[in-house]
Amino acid sequence: MFGLEFPPINEILRWQDIFPSFNKIALIAVAATLISITLFLLAARRDPLVAPTGARNLAEVTIDFIEESVVMQTLGKSGLKWTPFLLSLFMFIFLCNIPGVIPIIQMPATARIAIPLALSLLVWVIYIGTGLKHQGLGYFGHLLWPPGVPVALKPLVGLIEFISTIIVTPFSLTVRLMANMLAGHILLVTFGLLTHALFTAETSQIFLVPMSILPFGMLIFLTAFEILVAFLQAYIFAILAAVYINNSTVGHADDH
Amino acid sequence: MEAFSALVAQVEDPADLKNISAAAGAGYAYGLAAIGPGIGIGYLVGKSVEAMARQPEAAGMVRTTMFLGIAFTEALALIGFVVFILLKFA
Repeated sequence: MFGLEFPPINEILRWQDIFPSFNKIALIAVAATLISITLFLLAARRDPLVAPTGARNLAEVTIDFIEESVVMQTLGKSGLKWTPFLLSLFMFIFLCNIPGVIPIIQMPATARIAIPLALSLLVWVIYIGTGLKHQGLGYFGHLLWPPGVPVALKPLVGLIEFISTIIVTPFSLTVRLMANMLAGHILLVTFGLLTHALFTAETSQIFLVPMSILPFGMLIFLTAFEILVAFLQAYIFAILAAVYINNSTVGHADDH
Repeated sequence: MEAFSALVAQVEDPADLKNISAAAGAGYAYGLAAIGPGIGIGYLVGKSVEAMARQPEAAGMVRTTMFLGIAFTEALALIGFVVFILLKFA
């Protein structure tokens, strides 16, 4: 219809397996794990007395960022023990997102639902576990009925709170990360296809061919934008995990 | 809308009809889902900028809260996008 064939979604998001049940997504996830482990091991091995360089600088900046903008803003000073967990969450998600703009690889591993789902189920288990540890079984009482709810409203409020904390929270955490990365990936594919189609168009109106600079400019802009999104989504995932953990440690808070 | 009905009237193959309705429904799903969050995020960021301009020393705290608010608001638009993908490709 448009002189342009948009590939089916399987072609955008799927490759042949490298060997059975191990594809590019799994490769990116493994690489993300190995890269972050290597980075922090390298940083930890340096002599702490000399001025930091290279890997150690990078690691310090990342840890500082997590402590200052994630932990201190949500969990406060007593929550600094959560830094390792939130840091590994942030690093893993960021390193899974960023291949979306790296040439040749060009696929954010988090655009498939498996990795976001597994991570948000992990966060779900952790915040319920934290609530049980800090408040005992009374956690479920606080979860269902925030203090000060009139008795007549208790069934309704309990139902809403149950659905929002137990079901909607992990669902929205998953979908937020997955849909953001998927949308970015599809946008890049669209503008890449438009550029290619205009550049190779067999048309008598020759002035159409240089017009391919327009979608190409947009492609460059969107690639830069995707770098921002990759960082922002990792940051938001970490900060939301911190907020949920904070909600279970201090009792009820009203956002979800 | 009239053009769409005219298009539907010409279709004979039921599979094509299903594809056309799915594509149109997908368009509406995303478009409608984007209205509310669009207004919401605009309002939220506008208010945050106002707060940061009034009290620059609180900018860090406001920014964190703003990102949280954006994350919650944006989820609705993203669910619309997921519905779009499901209708269009599934």
